[in-house]
Amino acid sequence: MDEEYDVIVLGTGLTECILSGLLSVEGKKVLHMDRNDYYGADSASLNLTQLYRKFRPNQAPPTELGRDRDYAVDLVPKFIIASGELTRILVHTDVTRYLEFKQIAGSFVYRDGKISKVPSTEMEAVKSPLMGLFEKRRAKKFFEFLQNWRDDDSTTHQGINLDKDTMKQVYEKFGLEPGTQDFIGHAMALYLDDDYINQSARPSYDRIILYTSSMARYGKSPYIYPLYGLGELPQSFARLSAIYGGTYMLDKPIDEIVTDNDGKFVGVTSGGETVKAKQVIGDPSYFLPQDGSGKVRVLEEGKVVRAICILKHPIPGTDDSDSVQIIIPQNQVGRRNDIYIAMVSSTHNVCAKDIYIAIVSTIVETDKPELEIAPGLNLLGPIYDKFVTISPLYTPTSSGQADNIFITRSYDATSHFETVVEDVQDVWKRVVGKDLVLKKREVEVQE
Amino acid sequence: MSNKQYQFKLVLLGESAVGKSSLVLRFVKDQFDDYRESTIGAAFLTQTVTLEDQTTVKFEIWDTAGQERYKSLAPMYYRNANCAVVVYDITQTASLEKARTWIRELQRQADPSIVIALCGNKLDLAARRQVSQEEAKKYADEEGLMWMETSAKTGEGVAEVFTAIAKKLPLTALPSRAGAGRTAAGARAGVDLNKQAANHGQNEPCNC
Repeated sequence: MDEEYDVIVLGTGLTECILSGLLSVEGKKVLHMDRNDYYGADSASLNLTQLYRKFRPNQAPPTELGRDRDYAVDLVPKFIIASGELTRILVHTDVTRYLEFKQIAGSFVYRDGKISKVPSTEMEAVKSPLMGLFEKRRAKKFFEFLQNWRDDDSTTHQGINLDKDTMKQVYEKFGLEPGTQDFIGHAMALYLDDDYINQSARPSYDRIILYTSSMARYGKSPYIYPLYGLGELPQSFARLSAIYGGTYMLDKPIDEIVTDNDGKFVGVTSGGETVKAKQVIGDPSYFLPQDGSGKVRVLEEGKVVRAICILKHPIPGTDDSDSVQIIIPQNQVGRRNDIYIAMVSSTHNVCAKDIYIAIVSTIVETDKPELEIAPGLNLLGPIYDKFVTISPLYTPTSSGQADNIFITRSYDATSHFETVVEDVQDVWKRVVGKDLVLKKREVEVQE
Repeated sequence: MSNKQYQFKLVLLGESAVGKSSLVLRFVKDQFDDYRESTIGAAFLTQTVTLEDQTTVKFEIWDTAGQERYKSLAPMYYRNANCAVVVYDITQTASLEKARTWIRELQRQADPSIVIALCGNKLDLAARRQVSQEEAKKYADEEGLMWMETSAKTGEGVAEVFTAIAKKLPLTALPSRAGAGRTAAGARAGVDLNKQAANHGQNEPCNC
């Protein structure tokens, strides 16, 4: 360990592994460490033994759940939005060669006590109970307006300025009912709360277009999912990094982040040895106040509650779908933030046959987080076992440019990885000093 | 009659510097480099073996990319591997010990039907041999592994390893599902992101 590196990366979560992979491809000498003996950090997928070891240290996994190795239970409920930025990175770095993807079968939204499918085809839209006949016509006009919008053609603008007008004004122009607004803002634009309504309509437009183009890609839902769980994503980028010379060390507790008299990063101490590097990148858990420096490097912005539920049946009311997202818009249950359910099953090689893994999550608003997700848990039917976590959402206090300590953000409550990619782009710019430009990796397969 | 094509995922294992990459380089490109650095850049090679009955077996060969060094090989590496070559250096007793550890790991993590070949490399340095043929063969027999010795430097025994594996793989059925099916275009059940990439460049949000 007496070599010196360009960058030390701490934690093998997806954000860190993408950065590690991209930096190695760029020719940087990278040392990547994790305190755990598995890949993925907070974005890992665990087998049964690891899952029970984490949540129930004194209990062996029930034998009736089947083989340990059949399980890859995600810790964070997220899907890949088909036309999103993560897909672009996966393709450009060519790590897709290590991965296989399947669609998520459907997206559902909760309304007036029951769940309905978010229409994915014209036919489904016509039949959908989510809107009445006249409202459907108004909604159709609204969507046509969005699809036809061209920035440089004012005849497509219908008097609206996406950058100046609020989303509320756009909704009002098309006369959309509050229920429809809920549906569009939460089930399609995927906003977690209603703050967007009084902001410029442009981001909402972008999000709805992302949703509809993702939906159009594979047909059933806007989401895809990697076989064997989300934990495959960090592993594949870690492999990319290793192929380009990155060094990997798991099971390495970090004792100290070493800085010089000016507070600038010097190295990382693990097992009594200090490895030096020019820069360090890491997830917030390596920079909590107890990192030894006495510095406050991360702030808690809020908390997310997540309940990983093992079911022995598909979720009722979803046509026995093998995988779903269900969104419970905040208005429907008198909250400020939406409740999400993400469910996958053996179709995605994440559990034994006839088992379903659902994660119910939301942003914590009270001091009784588990009660807050009750509306979601109630939709699941009998729950065989449940593991609840309350995770702080950390954000770095500084850009890191002054001390060469670059900290990523916690995995947030959104249902996809778009904010993870934003974080990757942001950290890249702070570390490298330039925007991240993806180059197509040369294919090295020898035929 | 039986010009059948099969594709299998083959993983390499073994201590650092026993010649894993050299072995593959010899097999795939018939090259050898005395001062080869640790593996960089090319960790996904394919090579085809044609058997006597004209059946072709294509190996998709995964190199460790150095991730074996600090117990950090990802589960993804073992996943859907149909066969493994576990390499040791006949001039280093300790490397056979390491090979035993990797074989235990394979038995724990990989599919139970995996075909494993134990391979003693650096046969060109037989004068400095520390691991006897008897010892290695006895261990391989006990564990039900194939065993042979090779020299990536001279090429001796290298092609034979892969041919022997190809013969031992169950060719009666197509490889289950697997990393193997993955590269065959259009063969996968899931979605192909690369195919979509073509549309992606054309600013497609507005083409709907």
